[in-house]
Amino acid sequence: MKHTLSVLVENKPGVLARVAELFSRRGFNIDSLAVGPTERPGFSRITIVVDVAEHSLEQVRKQLHKLINVVEINDLVPERSVERELMMVKVSVNESSRGELIQITDIFRGKIVDVGRNACIVEITGPAQKLEAFEEMVRKFGIKELVRTGKVALQRS
Amino acid sequence: MANMTGAQALVRSLEDEGVDILFGLPGGQILPVFDVLYDSSIRTILVRHEQGAIHAAEGYARATGKVGTCVVTSGPGATNIVTGMADAYMDSTPLVVITGQVATNMIGTDAFQEADITGITLPVAKHSFLLKDARNLPEVVAEAFQIARTGRPGPVLIDMPVDVSRQEMNYEGLGEVRLPGYKPTLKGHKRQIQAAARAILAARKPVIYAGGGVISSGASKELAQLARENHLFVTHSLMGKGCFSEADRLSLGMLGMHGTRYANYSICEADLLIAIGARFSDRITGKLSEFAPHATIIHIDIDPAEIGKNVNVAIPIVGDCRLVLKELNEILANLRGNKSNPRTAWTAQVEEWKRKFPMGYELEGKLKPQYVVERIYYLTKGKATICTEVGQNQMWAAQYYKATRPRQFITSGGLGTMGFGFPAAIGAKLGRPKDVVFDIAGDGSIQMTIQELATAVIEKVPVKVAILNNGYLGMVRQWQQLFYRKRYSSTSLERGVSPDFVMIAEAYGAKGIRVTETAQVDAAIKEALAYDGPVFLDFHVEPEENVYPMVAPGEPLSEMIGDICYPVEQVHPELAEEPFL
Repeated sequence: MKHTLSVLVENKPGVLARVAELFSRRGFNIDSLAVGPTERPGFSRITIVVDVAEHSLEQVRKQLHKLINVVEINDLVPERSVERELMMVKVSVNESSRGELIQITDIFRGKIVDVGRNACIVEITGPAQKLEAFEEMVRKFGIKELVRTGKVALQRS
Repeated sequence: MANMTGAQALVRSLEDEGVDILFGLPGGQILPVFDVLYDSSIRTILVRHEQGAIHAAEGYARATGKVGTCVVTSGPGATNIVTGMADAYMDSTPLVVITGQVATNMIGTDAFQEADITGITLPVAKHSFLLKDARNLPEVVAEAFQIARTGRPGPVLIDMPVDVSRQEMNYEGLGEVRLPGYKPTLKGHKRQIQAAARAILAARKPVIYAGGGVISSGASKELAQLARENHLFVTHSLMGKGCFSEADRLSLGMLGMHGTRYANYSICEADLLIAIGARFSDRITGKLSEFAPHATIIHIDIDPAEIGKNVNVAIPIVGDCRLVLKELNEILANLRGNKSNPRTAWTAQVEEWKRKFPMGYELEGKLKPQYVVERIYYLTKGKATICTEVGQNQMWAAQYYKATRPRQFITSGGLGTMGFGFPAAIGAKLGRPKDVVFDIAGDGSIQMTIQELATAVIEKVPVKVAILNNGYLGMVRQWQQLFYRKRYSSTSLERGVSPDFVMIAEAYGAKGIRVTETAQVDAAIKEALAYDGPVFLDFHVEPEENVYPMVAPGEPLSEMIGDICYPVEQVHPELAEEPFL
């Protein structure tokens, strides 16, 4: 079962290494990880998606809490949080297929951010399922490269 | 305004933290610090290998309850302390370890004697600091000590680049501790403690399982009160040895793989298990799915991550053992009123197990290692501080030297580090100079840190080392005998060929005594005790003696192997001693 943990950390050197090392040491797999500054100076937020059973999730949380630089951990439940991920896909196109790609991109509320003779780069945001659906739709054109940021999320108020 | 260098500020801050003794070995990148130590009030103990420094610091910390400190250089000096960091992490020993590091502008260049020690020790440090600016030193040192000694104690590393040691700075005392992510829970949840109290009063077959956390938190008095006022038997883990007097009628001794039969049988039958400051390690539980099968479990621990990690807990209480037990005792007193529940049937059952399955061994035949430990116990009147190495020597020490006070028994429990005991004994003796300090060793373990004989002789630390010399890596040999068809692959140490421990002791300027006969044991121990200096006692014991009873790995606690033997004084009444406790 996939869980999203939002971890507020002190922005100290090595904090990301400590978090990553903890997951590997305790045998937990990270699905995705995104890190960046927050509204509070000196603090960063790490959003981690981890695939574990409920019992192990409790261990992950407790072990994370033991890291001195970890200030707060929130388990973000999908129903009560807004989740987003950004994906960029470089899709092969030619004169005849470009139109269809633009149409699909519009339907997914994506953006074409680069146009070349043989390829376009599409930027698309949303929850993971939407990104995966888009990827499926454009696979037939030929995907040259694809990159995802990993999920970020905030609890609803 | 600068008033000193980083190195001076470091040493001053250690003095301000109350450090009176530290263990170390200098090298290029830590030279500025040792230059300051030359004039400091802190006593620096020069060891012969950095592993010795950190184990000595552990021994000091475990014996005194204070934070142990060691200082070593960068690169190999730093990597040599990794085993000790892992050891201290597993056994929750408070340490502050200071390593030298190459200059900040050289970090990452593979400079001479550079090692990424904060990276290497990430999994085995409670926390670590790479000090890149001396101006942060007052806070970093204060935070390091705070983290090491509070909550679940553990080792903290400060990596100090040489240019930071030379940096001019202003030191005006220890800095403010600012750790927004570090707030150990000390006070237990009131309702949970009430639930625990009710469960204790309702239980028909309760047992306390006490661990090292009782010792770290100083909860022995509260534990004794809990046990006595409520008629609760107490068994302890290896790390918990000494937290409850083994001379007490309610003590069941150690449980687990080499525990007493009566402790293990009690666990198997118990309807309530009260775990205090313990972590249900695999050496305790045996086959996890059959551990304490009838028991409701109460688990008191300061580390929330330990609760529910290995076993399901009905009543979890996160908090400092001493504070929780204090509150639990008060609630129990109120609930109990004048009623007393001696649980006659259960008490009779446990006492019958104690009578039927005592701890003992066959005295007949060659010199027995258990006998050596028992004689050390009697001749030191049970008052010595005992350190151990790891393996058979450790288990015999745990089985036959009864501990009566916390911090009396110092051993490498979690990591199982051979070579721990001797330097730990040096540290313990320096921390408690009035105690008789013994290291119960094996001929394998002692050779892992034997070079610290020079430290003991030169620094005049009169520790006594009892080598139970059986010519084997004995515990491994025992497993080969039992589980590998007696194929003794790489376990014989060729006793009689090399080394001669008496000559080694004498070469270092210590005393060496060889003992080959049972009849010589007492005189040798007395001679060692009378000698004012370090002593190696080389006991040539029965080579293929095994540690029993034993729960084979993966088996439940009910399946104990080994013959039932009776205590020596029962079989040989002429050897019975006057009770002295």
